[in-house]
Parts: sequence; C-alpha cells; structure tokens
Amino acid sequence: MIVTQALDVVLLLLLVMTAVAIARVKDLFATVMLSGIYGLLSASFFVLMDAVDVAFTEASVGAGIFPLLMLAVLSFVGRYEADSKRRVALPVFLLTLVSGAVLLLATTQMPAFGGEDTPAQQHVAVRYIEDSPQEIGIPNMVTSVLASYRGFDTLGEVLVIFTATIGVVVVLLGVVQPGKARSLPADEDMADHKVLRIVGKMLIPLILLFALYVQFHGDYGPGGGFQAGVIFATGIILYAMLFGLSNAQRVLPMPLLRGLTALGVMIYGSVGVAGLLAGGNFLDYSVLASDPVSGQHLGILLIELGVGVTVASSMVLIFYAFSLTTSSDGSVER
Amino acid sequence: MDFFNYWVVIALMMTGLYIVMAQQNLVKKLLGLNIFQTAIFILYISVAKVLGGTAPIYTESATLYSNPLPHVLILTAIVVGIATMALALALVVRIHGAYGSIEDDEIRDRSKQ
Repeated sequence: MIVTQALDVVLLLLLVMTAVAIARVKDLFATVMLSGIYGLLSASFFVLMDAVDVAFTEASVGAGIFPLLMLAVLSFVGRYEADSKRRVALPVFLLTLVSGAVLLLATTQMPAFGGEDTPAQQHVAVRYIEDSPQEIGIPNMVTSVLASYRGFDTLGEVLVIFTATIGVVVVLLGVVQPGKARSLPADEDMADHKVLRIVGKMLIPLILLFALYVQFHGDYGPGGGFQAGVIFATGIILYAMLFGLSNAQRVLPMPLLRGLTALGVMIYGSVGVAGLLAGGNFLDYSVLASDPVSGQHLGILLIELGVGVTVASSMVLIFYAFSLTTSSDGSVER
Repeated sequence: MDFFNYWVVIALMMTGLYIVMAQQNLVKKLLGLNIFQTAIFILYISVAKVLGGTAPIYTESATLYSNPLPHVLILTAIVVGIATMALALALVVRIHGAYGSIEDDEIRDRSKQ
C-alpha cells in the first residue's frame, strides 16, 4: 500500500512538472516531446489506479499518435513560437490562481480518495461488478459495460470518431484543385536511417499481431476494439514513416480506408438492427443466439470488430491526410 | 493525503487553462487543451479507484474491484479526444495556409486589414 501511494505521489508530481515545462518552453518541438512524456506518465498512473484498459489506450494515443500528428503539423507551421508582443500573462495568471483556489476549496467537500462506500461506487457500479460476469459471461467488466450495458453510448462515440475523420479529410484534402496532381513525399527520405528501418521492419509485424491479440482477447483481459484499433494504426503509421507514404498506400490505399471507416460503423449499427429484427431492443445481444450468454458473446465480438475497424482506419486516414498536406506544398522543414 | 489526487488534478487543469488563455500560438493552445483534458481523465480514474481493490477483471481470488464505469467513459473519451484534436490540428493547418501565421494576435491583425 505504501509503495502504491509513494508511486502515486511521484507520478502525479512528475505530471505537474511536465505540464509546467510545456507551458514555459518556447520551442514547440520540445513541447511536443514533453507531451509524449506526459502521455506515458499518465498511462503509468492509470495502471496504478487499476484502469488497465484506459492505460492501454492512453499509452498508444497520448505517447504515440498525438505527438506524431503534432509533429506533422509542426513541419508545416514552423518550430518556434513568436515572441508575444501583448502582455496579458499576469491577469490571466491571477485568474487561474483564483479559480484554482475555489476548486481546491471544493475538494474538501468531496468523499476521501479510494473509499469503498463513496457515492461513485454505488448504484450501477455494484450491478456491473456483481452481475456482469454471469449475465454477460465475460471476465473483463470494462468490456461488458463498454460493449453491452452502454453499447448505445459507445455507438455514439464511434460515430463522433467517424465524423471527425470526415472533417479532417474534408478540411485538409477537400480543396485540391482538380487536375493538379499532388506529389508524394520522397520515399527515400528515411533511406539513410538503416537502423531505424531494420528495427522497424522487425517491430511492425509484432505490433500488428499484438493489435489483433488485443482485439480478440479483450473479453478476457485488458483490451478491445478501441485499443486494438489505435495499436494497429500505430504499426501502419510507423511503416508509412519509415518506408514512405506511397509504399504504405500500396498496402492500404485511401479509398479502401474511407470504405473501412464507414464499414466499421455499419457493422456496429447492423448488430443493433439485427437485435431489433430478432425481436429484442436495439443493441440487445441476448436475442442474437439461442441462449442469452452466447448471444452477448457474439454481439460483443461483432461490435468490438466494428469499433476496431473504424478506429484503426480513421487514425491511418487522419495520418495520411496530414502527411499529404504537409509534404506536398514544398514547405517541409528538414 | 485523502485529496492529493484531486489537488494535482486542479493544478494540471489550471496549467492547461493558463496555456489556453495566455499563449498566442495555436499549437501551444491545443497542447494546453490536451493537458486540461488529461486532468479530467485523471479525476475520473481517481474517483473510480477503490483502495485495496484490483483491476475490474473477474477472478476467483478477488472480491474487491475498482469501478469499471469511469474506465469505460474515459477509454472512449481518449480516442474521441484524439479524433477531435486531429480536426483542430487540421483547422490550424488551414489557418496557416490562409493567414501565413498561427499566432493569435497576428491573425487578428491580418484579418482586420
């Protein structure tokens, strides 16, 4: 217990230090690297708090994809902040101090950290913990809640990801004048980096295999469609960075990705409609098979697949859109 | 010690808020927004923790589990967060294309002309 608490304090203090460093450093490249560290630290903290599924996701998003996207943008907009001419910092600083103090005061009204009988641990949480292993028939309660009890909510989240991806593609690639061919970035950019390429070649198959494991083992251990999708996308993005975008597009062309992004959402929605047709409610999996528990298994497997397909293809598509935009205008700083 | 996690959440939140309000650079503002968002993730996950509990995956040997519901909410929020962040970054790229700058005050000056 003491070790856990000490680790908790150390990790949280490191997080605060990283955040302050992000606020102070003027070199945007350094701040992006710092935010990668920030992502990794918060993932470690989530493991400490028993949130293994969340840690999985935060490690691959916060320390993986987020800094990558930021770097792609920096290569386009420049590495350094301009020196601010306007002096607004002091009143803003005082304002944040005041609102921070008010919030601090409010924490004294909160139930103490880690209690067994706090309001947050009552109501539905008890039902999820006590009944879901029998009712849904899978050990990972996070997957049960995500895919079955709150399946409608998760459908909404997947739709938001889908919509945001469409937004990115439209905003970045929607303004290309017809006839003006976009030149792809040189595939030989990374040819000198032999070590990176060879290590990458060894790692990428393992990353993709691991993503599939996370996808299909999500019922029994930490994992599921969201985590698997992000990890899979990281593998493909690593390939695109090391071996060139045109090589990556030979494996996963843009039109295919666009189709897959929509396909995942459609799989998810179709499972819901199948429940309706079988005589149950929307996204009620119990009616999908002869007995409720195997119905739940089937439903969760299918919708996790839908989530995984949409998340993976969205992330790769977003990366393609950024690297096409930031490299084809000839303004890449190297 | 009872509220240490919540104090850190507030410190992180205020750091993020300060960056969003005080910095002129749009990329930096988004980094601040990211810090703010992660502070909220930490708040939820801290609320879910039960001392002496274990990860919410059923085993024969455990009886006390942390609350799975906030985990679900935050797990999806992280992935939704990166998708919406990508949209914001795409807008930053387009703003740079239109104004030649991503500094808030310069953009304001140029749009007045």
